[in-house]
Amino acid sequence: MTARTVLHQADIARALTRISHEILESNRGSGDLVVLGIPTRGVALAERIGATIARIENGTAPGADAPPVGALDVTMYRDDLAKHPTRAPSPTSIPVSIDGKVVVLVDDVLFSGRTIRAALDALSDLGRPRAVRLAVLVDRGHREFPIRADFVGKNLPSSSRERINVRVTEVDGDDAVTIDDGEADGVGGAGRSGSDTGAGRSGSDTDADRSDGAGRGEADA
Amino acid sequence: MRHLLSTRDLDRETAIGILDVAEDMADVSSREVKKLPTLRGKTVVNLFFEDSTRTRISFEAAAKRLSADVINFSAKGSSVSKGESLKDTAQTLAAIGADAVVVRHSASGAPHTLASAGWIDAGILNAGDGTHEHPTQALLDAFTMRRRLHGSASRGKGLDGVHVVIVGDILHSRVARSDVWLLNTLGAHVTLIAPPTLLPVDTGQWPCEIGYDLDAAIDADPDVVMMLRIQAERMNAAFFPNTREYSRRWGLDASRLDRLRSDTMVMHPGPMVRGLEISAAAADSARSLVRDQVASGVSVRMAALYLLLSGDREVD
Repeated sequence: MTARTVLHQADIARALTRISHEILESNRGSGDLVVLGIPTRGVALAERIGATIARIENGTAPGADAPPVGALDVTMYRDDLAKHPTRAPSPTSIPVSIDGKVVVLVDDVLFSGRTIRAALDALSDLGRPRAVRLAVLVDRGHREFPIRADFVGKNLPSSSRERINVRVTEVDGDDAVTIDDGEADGVGGAGRSGSDTGAGRSGSDTDADRSDGAGRGEADA
Repeated sequence: MRHLLSTRDLDRETAIGILDVAEDMADVSSREVKKLPTLRGKTVVNLFFEDSTRTRISFEAAAKRLSADVINFSAKGSSVSKGESLKDTAQTLAAIGADAVVVRHSASGAPHTLASAGWIDAGILNAGDGTHEHPTQALLDAFTMRRRLHGSASRGKGLDGVHVVIVGDILHSRVARSDVWLLNTLGAHVTLIAPPTLLPVDTGQWPCEIGYDLDAAIDADPDVVMMLRIQAERMNAAFFPNTREYSRRWGLDASRLDRLRSDTMVMHPGPMVRGLEISAAAADSARSLVRDQVASGVSVRMAALYLLLSGDREVD
């Protein structure tokens, strides 16, 4: 197993700052925004995005309110409960009514899309938002549902054998995104995610698009 | 978790895990859509060989909030009154495709038999067996106490250092047995108070203290006073001279209520017999958590059903 770090603390901070700007830009301000993180690590990321949005808005439009930040647990809505050992749910906390609001879901990694499908079901039981957006720190491809993120920190085209680990200070003690080579012999871990599957499977166009926008091409090489 | 048969074999980590899941379930009960899709397509059978109001409707509400299909069975009006055995009933339920069976039976150990005899593969939840155990009641008692003590910061906590006095018909009470084991596992200190005739012979093995004097127990400043119902249907009037004498010595009346701290919790598993073991003043006072207990019951049973029915059952 070889693990290599693809995003360091500063990269994650820059990605979250950009995502916050993009959310504000597409929403034309922080009005009606509700930021909901999906446990465990999505909650920490949601809180950072909420705080960043508040800081940006206080700079450009003083007096603007910080967006409410909460947590949306999707355990009870998963479609794979019968296929895994029992999962312990996490707390859900919805700070305000989401009716008529613009909900931004925040998760660490977007993979199959099943978590987000469950989150959309969970949201519909809580109210009727005007719109639901999705922000993820890492999009690793391999979608199994017609689901796409509106705001992406970093596209990481990956082999489904690899493991992408997101570490956040609030949960794990430090900030990092690492890739574990899925194979014990570790055939060129660096080469695999960049070239092998990147072009074919996960759409290298969106990858170039997003990572250029953030000014970070180096992690892919 | 494969079955929930008793609190005696629950370790502290598992017990706190169930209570933590119940916290999440309690949040569901306060929202507009009080339903989760989690157990869609699962069938839960409420198999009640003994009368019950709150336990049965509590389990029914819990199963329905998790989207399970519920079949209610009561021994009255069923083939049991024609002489059908527990085994045949269980095999009928297995053939119907029950995923979980909530069973209440007058014979101690009936749920254990269902779980271990191989007649049915479903998860078995003990909803009270004879004078043995009633684990979900003990869990909801612990849940109610923990919520009152720690509020929204309850998750992960036990009941360490809490002093609980359980008063009344210990002999016939499965609730008392389940409570003694669970509360002790969670770190609470339990004192049982009852007339000597209403205490079991074997309490030497129980992790609790025994007393006969309710006034002394109240003077010891407990955090929780739990009153138990006098189970007249199991007694034949043989255990104490008359109800007035019982009420005077072991009932929670207004004067004893006044001697309790203002934040002492008064609990009762129900059904209450007002004027006998508990006065109306005590039952309706601000210290009374009787209705919180009923509300907690749904959350705790949702948690138990979730933990039994989700997950790969082969893995457990």
